Amino acid sequence: MHKYLEQQLETHFNLFKLWHCNSSIAEFLKTHQGNTIRAVVGLDKIDLRKCEEKGIRVANTPDVLTDDVADLAIGLILGVLRRICASDEYVRIGKWKDADFGLATKFSGKSVGIVGLGRIGTAIAKRAEAFGCSISYFSRSQKPFANYKFYSNIIDLATSCQILIVACALTEETRHIINREVIDALGPKGILINIGRGAHVDETELVSALLEGRLGGAGLDVYENEPEVPEELLGLGNVVLQPHVGSDTVETSDAMADLVISNLKAHFSNKPLLTPVI
Amino acid sequence: MADQEEEQDNTGDQNHKPQDLPQVLVLKPPPVLSVIGEESFLSNKYQFLKAWESPLPLHQFLTAHAGSIQAILCSGAAPVTDDLLQLLPSVRLVVTASAGTNHIDLEACHRRGISVTNAGNVFSDDGADAAVGLLIDVLRKITASDRYVRQGLWVNEGDYPLGSKLRGKRVGIVGLGGIGLEIAKRLEALGCNVLYTSRKKKTFLSYPFYSDVCQLAAHSDALIICCALTDQTRHMIDKDVFSALGKEGVIVNVGRGAIVDEKEMVRCLVHGEIAGAGLDVFENEPDVPKELFELDNVVLSPHRAVFTPESFMALCELVVGNLEAFFSNKPLLSRVMDV
Repeated sequence: MHKYLEQQLETHFNLFKLWHCNSSIAEFLKTHQGNTIRAVVGLDKIDLRKCEEKGIRVANTPDVLTDDVADLAIGLILGVLRRICASDEYVRIGKWKDADFGLATKFSGKSVGIVGLGRIGTAIAKRAEAFGCSISYFSRSQKPFANYKFYSNIIDLATSCQILIVACALTEETRHIINREVIDALGPKGILINIGRGAHVDETELVSALLEGRLGGAGLDVYENEPEVPEELLGLGNVVLQPHVGSDTVETSDAMADLVISNLKAHFSNKPLLTPVI
Repeated sequence: MADQEEEQDNTGDQNHKPQDLPQVLVLKPPPVLSVIGEESFLSNKYQFLKAWESPLPLHQFLTAHAGSIQAILCSGAAPVTDDLLQLLPSVRLVVTASAGTNHIDLEACHRRGISVTNAGNVFSDDGADAAVGLLIDVLRKITASDRYVRQGLWVNEGDYPLGSKLRGKRVGIVGLGGIGLEIAKRLEALGCNVLYTSRKKKTFLSYPFYSDVCQLAAHSDALIICCALTDQTRHMIDKDVFSALGKEGVIVNVGRGAIVDEKEMVRCLVHGEIAGAGLDVFENEPDVPKELFELDNVVLSPHRAVFTPESFMALCELVVGNLEAFFSNKPLLSRVMDV
């Protein structure tokens, strides 16, 4: 938990830190009744149905992190295509003098496909447009106000674009939505960017595609089994690996913490939650 | 003679008479020539005279061919000096395979009535992408945390320290030419506030303009250097600018190393007087100050901001286009207008 959030929680409330005690979750909750507030935007780790059954309110922190996650997606694309990370390493180990590094690939003007055109997907699209990219997307339903090409089939999207970005929520339907078929459709010149959840991607298939050259590259912020990252990826120059930092800026962490505190205060004063989910 | 010229296809054919085509001197192959390959530069309007392939000492080589050399294809590694031009009285055109022209004595060219062309806007997108990529990397610690993951530290040490948000950052662009304008466009989409300094204020733009780079630095959270290297801009980013930029400030340089007082920059980075740097260029390439290798808040790139196959193909077309236009008495495509 971020320090600022922890400090704020301790200042305003009785904070019971589950991770500090030795009892099981069940025992802990029996002794400390309360409600759950979670400082993320993803709801995949919360059993919403159970919460609703038991009358537990759930609030999340949408919007505050949209910019940061979208910025990271662009940073990952540039990192992979322009080989920024790999060439930094090249310079540091003194290879610049020795040999020619080879060319990176242009980002501007490439075709970008977005899986999930929600807040984050839309923010990514707006940024990519400034780089002269053409935008297309796959979503549960076509968005009437989006001026981008819609594909009702993710294979068609992957076939048509050079950069595929996962930006949808993790649900039963989207688990392993990026599978071998999609990866093959994206192809040896394509790159995959995942700023969603690790479980969106069949990680085993991703690794073998990268090793076999069936996929051109990948920029990953999330993994199926964090903080474990498939060992095979650690030596590849055409991937950029981030330790789940999508929203990890000082400014956004503070803003998320403030929103958590505001939701808790609202709840405890019987006022409406600011960002309720249920 | 004219029919023979038209029939020639420059492929080493038996009928090929190289001496009939006007000659373009190439002292050393520019990177684009080495990477793309000479075949893409072939034309029936000119031929390359490759100085590096001759066994003769350069001075002798040049004197031998002086009468027939009408144009020079150059790049950073092969500067065009007044002394060189003195030896080649028939030269009327200098083509550089780069955006920068600091390796060309522009004043001498102007005085001798020699036209100069450069890479025009072919590098603007890639240059801008590199600059923005470096800025995002430094602020969000992308390369540093990629290294952290690869070293197994995410598992052993936990989360990486927080980065810094882009939206709302004031980014001062030093030099609002082709690359600078493309950078500004991208920064706007990222929610940054664009400010700039340039030789002249651009009246068609609404970004705040500062005539003094120190003032720009004082009002910026980050500076992006993408101007030309000239006598006025050499070491323009100095101690005062770094001081004005401040402890939280970040610098990105995709211009030329010598625009920045490198020693001073390294000192500021080592002592935490500025927060980080993204550097594609250095004063003494390929030497990079070793102190930078110890720093996690610095991203280093081996002068490749514009090195993509797409840029190189576009540059090749432009170089050929300029040479062909010149030898057909047509207007040049990317003439450098200011001296």
